[in-house]
Amino acid sequence: MSFREEHELHKRRFGRNVGVAMVLLSFIFIVFGLTVVKVTRGDYEPENASIQRGH
Amino acid sequence: MSDASINTQARASHGDAEFGDYFALLKPRVMSLVVFTAAVGLLAAPGSVHPFVAFCSILFIAVGGGASGALNMWYDADIDRVMKRTQGRPIPAGKVTEGEALAVGVALSGFAVVMLGLAANWVAAALLAFTIFFYVVIYTMWLKRWTPQNIVIGGAAGAFPPMIGWAVVTGGISIESVLMFTLTFMWTPPHFWALCLFMKSDYKDAGVPMLHVTHGRRVTRNHILVYTLLLAVVAIGMAFTGVGGPIYLTTALILNGLFVAGAISIWRRDEEISEADGYKREKGFFALSLAYLFLHFGAILAEATLAPYGFGGW
Repeated sequence: MSFREEHELHKRRFGRNVGVAMVLLSFIFIVFGLTVVKVTRGDYEPENASIQRGH
Repeated sequence: MSDASINTQARASHGDAEFGDYFALLKPRVMSLVVFTAAVGLLAAPGSVHPFVAFCSILFIAVGGGASGALNMWYDADIDRVMKRTQGRPIPAGKVTEGEALAVGVALSGFAVVMLGLAANWVAAALLAFTIFFYVVIYTMWLKRWTPQNIVIGGAAGAFPPMIGWAVVTGGISIESVLMFTLTFMWTPPHFWALCLFMKSDYKDAGVPMLHVTHGRRVTRNHILVYTLLLAVVAIGMAFTGVGGPIYLTTALILNGLFVAGAISIWRRDEEISEADGYKREKGFFALSLAYLFLHFGAILAEATLAPYGFGGW
């Protein structure tokens, strides 16, 4: 039994919370993916680091 | 005060906007143009980047463009409340407060620039930062309310994305990327002035010194023709550079022929004729302008995509 009737406001907040959660999860995925790509390509090896910085 | 207005004010004051309201601050329709032109710049550039880096770079460019849109909505909230075209935006509709829009804009701007720098290179990141600065400070805060040439100079902000995409791959600027910038830069005035001709009362009511408000409709029609002719020279000239080829040349010749014909048609008309048919030619020219830019960049993309198979380029 529900003690409180759900207001339209709660639905809106829930939708917003789900949206923020999706954005944060996407950010984690992007940072992880970029790290994997850059490490496997050897961008952070000493001889390549200067190229990455644009020198 | 109506029930609807009480409801929307309550939403804004309690900060209970939906997620989609914050997304609407980023001007998704403008963002789609930014994504497309930046992607073409990236794919047409000589060299290559890892597909995931390319995807993330386009995403960060889009977020940066969206952030500048949020900052534009924050600063222009007073104008947006007056203009019919913009009254449905999140701030004038009472869904998001001005402070929230500012916070979203500043946070996403910083995020997008830093992430693009880390993902691609700092030349691309610097170009993105300059684009946001140009759109928010130079165009929105300064030019828009000051000069009827606002859209001419301010159009540069929307023209930078292909240059940024190019810089993601090459780490620099070249004649081809400058020409892609020039194409969008020269396209913006006739595109926007055609819109102004049939959305006539909005800018006047808001006190924005658009060309048709300050100098009249005859001068605006003249300007549309002159800028369209200059645009045709740039667009067709691009066919003979590194990003051009037979596909692009054919596309440019057809589209610029139609566009110049449309501009001449607008130039030959006066207000009486336009009002009589509900601005049919002006609306048609505006619709063509959307296809014009999309197809030019589509042709550049086709040249770049087909080049490895011996079809694209000269």
